[in-house]
Amino acid sequence: MSGGPAVEPAEVEGSAQDGPIRPDREEVLSVEQVNARLGTRTVLEDVSFEIRAGEFTGLIGSNGAGKTTLFRVILGLTPASRGRVLLAGRARSRRNPLIGYVPQKFLLDPDMPLRARDLVALGIDAHRFGIARPSRWRRERAEEMLAAVDALDFADKRVGLLSGGEQQRVLIAHALIGAPRLLLADEPLANLDLRSADEVVALLAKIAREQQIAVFISAHEINPLLPVMDRVVYLAAGRAVSGPAEEVVRSDVLSRLYGHHVDVLHVHGRVIVIAGAGEDLHGHELRFPHAETDP
Amino acid sequence: MSHFLSPLFQAGFFTSDAVHTALIIGTTVAVVAGALGVFTVMRGQSFAAEAFGDIGTTGGSGAFLVGVGPLPGFLIFSVLAAGAMELVGIQRGRGRDLATGIVLGAALGLAALFLYLGSTIHNTTGAAVTILFGSIFTVPTSTIPLVAVLAGIVVAILLVIHRPLLLSTISPEIATARGVPVRLLGTTYLLALATTVALCALTIGSILSTALLIGPAAAALRTTRRPGRAVLLSALLGVAAVWLGIVLAYDSYWWSAKHTSWPVSFFVVAIVFGVYLLSGVPAWRERRRTNRTTG
Repeated sequence: MSGGPAVEPAEVEGSAQDGPIRPDREEVLSVEQVNARLGTRTVLEDVSFEIRAGEFTGLIGSNGAGKTTLFRVILGLTPASRGRVLLAGRARSRRNPLIGYVPQKFLLDPDMPLRARDLVALGIDAHRFGIARPSRWRRERAEEMLAAVDALDFADKRVGLLSGGEQQRVLIAHALIGAPRLLLADEPLANLDLRSADEVVALLAKIAREQQIAVFISAHEINPLLPVMDRVVYLAAGRAVSGPAEEVVRSDVLSRLYGHHVDVLHVHGRVIVIAGAGEDLHGHELRFPHAETDP
Repeated sequence: MSHFLSPLFQAGFFTSDAVHTALIIGTTVAVVAGALGVFTVMRGQSFAAEAFGDIGTTGGSGAFLVGVGPLPGFLIFSVLAAGAMELVGIQRGRGRDLATGIVLGAALGLAALFLYLGSTIHNTTGAAVTILFGSIFTVPTSTIPLVAVLAGIVVAILLVIHRPLLLSTISPEIATARGVPVRLLGTTYLLALATTVALCALTIGSILSTALLIGPAAAALRTTRRPGRAVLLSALLGVAAVWLGIVLAYDSYWWSAKHTSWPVSFFVVAIVFGVYLLSGVPAWRERRRTNRTTG
């Protein structure tokens, strides 16, 4: 959280408004008025935001809000029906080495003959055809990445036998070894216990800070990210509003986004978003994740 | 050497042309099947391999009916099956069990008809056993060039695609995001698999063909934690099983007073099965140890 000018609490008007948080830093990702459809259904509507180097950004939204589709648009796997995505100021190409990607729900068979360090090394150039000659550089680079995610202890174990949190760390190292500018992780905290989730969040924040990588992760629960998040992109029903958490996660802003009244409660430093009554409540994940661990 | 090993190698073993041909073909096929089989097991496509074997039976029987060697029949039918499978998308959906089962049943039924008609036309009766259960000592030397070419094609495909194939086996999402043509790769691999199954069918029979493909690979995956070593070990185990099978089958001629040799296929499959059972021991121990430390 160092550097950069103090943030003026700007008025957030509508979904397209997005006050730059650290204008001195390089813009890594810029999503401009993106629409996306799945079949006939519009999943994303006029989504705009930008992400800068070294920032930690959370993509928050309930299941079905369009988080995975937004990631797929950024990765170039789903076309945007309108708008554009710029990476480091340029139009994205099919395979973009600027992005490191950690997919959702990664489960590897325990019989897979793959050590954690093998999976990390595959991040270097496994997308290429032909034979890779093993080299000292590869080994050292993998070792470096394993150290960066604190995974040296289980570097020689089969990936399939690691715990969810450990696998997540190995996957982050796999994504980082190609030296991306943007790290995308789709629900990396899903299926993790509270402690592993906090560890993964702390690790990602450290990576953003130390390696000046833009970290962008999706989650359906905002609280684990609050301590480290520089910016939030809040998705509801395909529309987005973005900015610093304290400017976005407010009753008036989210009410405008959802199109009906939304309560935002602060309880013991946690945020609880009540996105409506009756049926709407069912559509939104409503949990008190860290209640037990509060001091 | 033949001095102290004479109890193992019966008279005439090293001078028999049938044995030479069997060793050359068996070794080649075992190497290819072992290497490719590692990917088959990792991708969970053992059932596809089994299907190619069944449909190959129809091809082998058809080849017998028209009076040519079985290998072209095995090859054409299993490659066609791979193409059909790719078109229908059987390799993904598990809900297609029923359709697959019915098609495979029909293929074997057709094989029964071809074998019956063939034996009435050619006035021979051994063909069914040769095609279904293999008879590597009766494979003519003239088949070696075709076997070598097919084996070379499979090895070449593997050398070119093994890295992106491994990546897309681990995570199709990551592979796609990194620009790997996952679908094309899957199809290429499936063609290589169909070719390999045809080679295995020639060696140990179409019904038993998957044993040589899956068995050594499954044992190797349990034994080593590294992908490269798994491929090497799998090929080695396959070669060992084939060699030992050939020696034992040759020797079995002298085991009974009636001088009838047991089939090579029986020995190969029995050895593969034994190796697979043995390979479970260290993996089981490893898992138990891991469970104890993490749980």
